[in-house]
Amino acid sequence: MNPFLALIGRDMRLAIRVGGGALMGALFYFTVVAMTPFAIGPDLNLLARIGPAILWLGALLASLLALDRLFATDHEDGSLDLLMMGTMPLELAVAAKAIAHWLTTALPLIVITPVLGLMLNVEMSAMGWVALTLLAGTPALTFIGLIGAALAVTLRRGGLLLAVLVLPLTVPVLIFGVAAANAAIIGPAPFGPPFTILCALSLASLVLGPVAAAAALRQGLE
Amino acid sequence: MSTDLIELCAKDLACERGGRLVFSGLNFAVSSGEALVVTGRNGAGKSTLLRLIAGLLRKSAGELDLTGGAAGADEATVAEQSHYLGHLDAVKPALSVGENLRFWTTYLGAPRGAPIRPALEAIDLAQLSDLPAAYLSAGQRRRLSIARLVAVPRPLWLLDEPTSALDTQSQSRLAELMRNHRAGGGMIVAAAHGPIGLDDSRELKLDAQAGAGS
Repeated sequence: MNPFLALIGRDMRLAIRVGGGALMGALFYFTVVAMTPFAIGPDLNLLARIGPAILWLGALLASLLALDRLFATDHEDGSLDLLMMGTMPLELAVAAKAIAHWLTTALPLIVITPVLGLMLNVEMSAMGWVALTLLAGTPALTFIGLIGAALAVTLRRGGLLLAVLVLPLTVPVLIFGVAAANAAIIGPAPFGPPFTILCALSLASLVLGPVAAAAALRQGLE
Repeated sequence: MSTDLIELCAKDLACERGGRLVFSGLNFAVSSGEALVVTGRNGAGKSTLLRLIAGLLRKSAGELDLTGGAAGADEATVAEQSHYLGHLDAVKPALSVGENLRFWTTYLGAPRGAPIRPALEAIDLAQLSDLPAAYLSAGQRRRLSIARLVAVPRPLWLLDEPTSALDTQSQSRLAELMRNHRAGGGMIVAAAHGPIGLDDSRELKLDAQAGAGS
């Protein structure tokens, strides 16, 4: 097993074990979406219209939830020092941690999305499309959040700073994610353009996120 | 480990932290089989020097080079060829002793399929391999962290007060490991206040430097 896979494996194992926080994102997401109908009232048409937006907002907030601990725990127990001394570039190590984070927080959330459609009066077939937009868009959220997590690593209460730093950067993802989901459900705008932009945002952050986060970590440990 | 001559050489090394000059004009050289003990009062910059060699801090002036060694080692940075044993043990409580060590051995680049058992035996932890690290005492966590040095061969060991929390038996174990490491051509740079069981080591006193800096 190479260092990259070993790091993904370790982080996933840590997330799944007691006190890890995997599924916390999915649970938070479920709660937000399940409470919405109670707040909005029994207007089924309205629910169906704002459904994709609610799902995307829930996914956005859920993916930020555990992000501030991503590097903080490793920093506190000295692991981060050793991670920086590996044979693999720090950029790759950071990317491995982000992938593990995505697999344990974002993926469960995408899996339960089709079921949540029932709560928001969105058709089952359309929920598949919404899940697809989340699948394409959530990597961007994780990898943009990665930069904030790296910047906030030495702060005790980095969570709030993280939200302030990261949320503005995720606005484009939110816009195109909801646009693609709406196009798939209601139309008449085509699904293709917003969805491809969403994919482009994810791919770009996949490249830029680890580089920026690694630079932030190197700077932060001075 | 290769028996070729390896040398860690520092010229005019200086480090600045938070706008304060911690030390400057530091010169030393350590080669295969040698040990350097860094001494000095609290705040003299012992840990800073070790972290700087480990690549975890940036030097503000001077040169630091690791020359010689295995083929291709010239391209590797000093950090990639050294082990850093700091005050923190880098042990995850949720993972077992074996899982902790296996992760670090893979991550730090041990040869594929290298067994971790010998390293655990070397430091008397083999029987605890399946125990979650949360149940370890401070000394046992320290030993788990030391097992990493044995499991992955790297020529330079940077030890920051390595004997803290260790009982006398483990201290002599560590002394034996350090002897073996040096006999195999390795180098040790350690920060310490008291004796840590290194025979015929040289001393680098940081006090004067700190005085010059302030």
